[in-house]
Amino acid sequence: MATVISNERLADGVYHLVVEGGNGGEMGQFYMLRAWGAYPLLSRPLSIHQVNDSGVDFLYHVVGEGTEILAGLNPGDSLELEGPFGSGFPKVEGRVALVGGGIGIAPLYYCAQELPDSDIYLGFSRESYRTEAFRPYAAGLTVDVGGLILDSVDFTAYDHIFVCGPHPMLKAAQLKGIAAAASGKRPDVYLSLENRMACGIGACLVCSVSCKDGQRKACADGPVFLAEEVLFHD
Amino acid sequence: MINTSAVIASVSFKNPIVMASGTFGFGREYGRLYDVSALGGISGKGLTLHAKAGNPGIRVYETASGMLNSVGLENPGVEAFLAKELPYWETLDTARIVNLGGNTLADYVLGAELIQRDADTRGLAGKPAVDMIELNISCPNVKEGGIAFGVKTPAAQEVVRAVRAATSLPLAVKLSPNAEDIAEMAVMCEAEGADAVSLINTISGMKIDIRRRSSVFNNLYAGLSGPAIKPVALRMVHQVSKRVTIPVIGMGGITSATDIIEFIMAGATVIQVGTYNFMNLRAGHTLVEELQQLMAEENISSLDEIRGIV
Repeated sequence: MATVISNERLADGVYHLVVEGGNGGEMGQFYMLRAWGAYPLLSRPLSIHQVNDSGVDFLYHVVGEGTEILAGLNPGDSLELEGPFGSGFPKVEGRVALVGGGIGIAPLYYCAQELPDSDIYLGFSRESYRTEAFRPYAAGLTVDVGGLILDSVDFTAYDHIFVCGPHPMLKAAQLKGIAAAASGKRPDVYLSLENRMACGIGACLVCSVSCKDGQRKACADGPVFLAEEVLFHD
Repeated sequence: MINTSAVIASVSFKNPIVMASGTFGFGREYGRLYDVSALGGISGKGLTLHAKAGNPGIRVYETASGMLNSVGLENPGVEAFLAKELPYWETLDTARIVNLGGNTLADYVLGAELIQRDADTRGLAGKPAVDMIELNISCPNVKEGGIAFGVKTPAAQEVVRAVRAATSLPLAVKLSPNAEDIAEMAVMCEAEGADAVSLINTISGMKIDIRRRSSVFNNLYAGLSGPAIKPVALRMVHQVSKRVTIPVIGMGGITSATDIIEFIMAGATVIQVGTYNFMNLRAGHTLVEELQQLMAEENISSLDEIRGIV
């Protein structure tokens, strides 16, 4: 059991949840959260936004019944946390860019803290949030609202690029990584994938991801994958 | 002293709590959260002779008290299982059940033969590394094989007969609630030499996205599981257990010790826990303790006292 310390609304449907409890975790890993009984049936996977002194922070967007219940939590309320799960971003050296789209900025805050000289690119479709929290950790901070944040990133200028955001953005980042490689640079592009999950630990195979070497699990083999390994079907 | 043990064919179960195929991987994943040897048994992820990638598109959708899945039997294939997972199974002190699916009759037979041969080779002190085969003739999410074998009794009979001839391992046949007559199907399984029947597999269901004006699943239909199907499952276990003398393995929406006792009272010898593993990742651990408590409260000293009493 974990306890809600705060659950602040940052923007339309976007909340910052701070809890006491959990078992820490690495950048890019996630927890399964549950603050209800039998319904909704499944717990909800949320990536670690940061590890704090007594627990974990999450940043989430209300998209359905589960996250709607989470949005109604108040300080002192309890919730179940299972995790940390998954294989996160690698600890790397060299020039690093962190690229987040919308709620995809969530796991990158922890990355920014772990890799403090990174260039950070945050893109939003309508309204920005949490951007100033990134500034103390950023070598450079670029914020875009309404455009395509990937357009601001020179993929040939970095050794490692961590990307988290909506599906089309991940696919575009993969293509930009391939194009950079064709020009003689070869950044390692890592994508944090989002998928429906039932168990979160690799048992149900609901979150299966098509990769060059076959089917892999977003929850256990990922959620972070090398972009070149992932096959996007649409 | 409360006795929760049960026996099916030559296989002992220390308690009636078996983890259902498709919800428990090969046990390793949950083994990081609790001691899976405390369970009565595990039925591994459904295997086919050759590896299967499963279904594209959305694979899970929540419903009222239930879950639709369209995983489509993604699995590594029998040989990869035997090489990579069976050594782990050998370390477990619980009944180990291989769930075997197939696209063709030949696939089922070859799969069963491979499992038998490997289990015998690896086994220690004359005990094979696999305790039982659970024959899946009822997966609703694969276009070929799967449910096609599980609806009509003559088609199912052919598979059960062929697999029975191919293996001497204890054999359970997992039946579909979508069968034309599930009791008739169970009677056939007994006549063909099955050691048990397990039921129910998921119920074929559907979810439509009204904005896209299409099913959310690429395969149109998906398999419904979870508490929503428990009353149907309980009724079918009751009906079938009155018609056969072989043990019935009951499952469908079990989420509590009370549910377990209901299935035993309906006639099940052991039960399987499926979707609840997703609602509570420590479901097995929780239920083993809860069952002991409930039996003590209800003055039930052995499951044999209450089995089939309704």
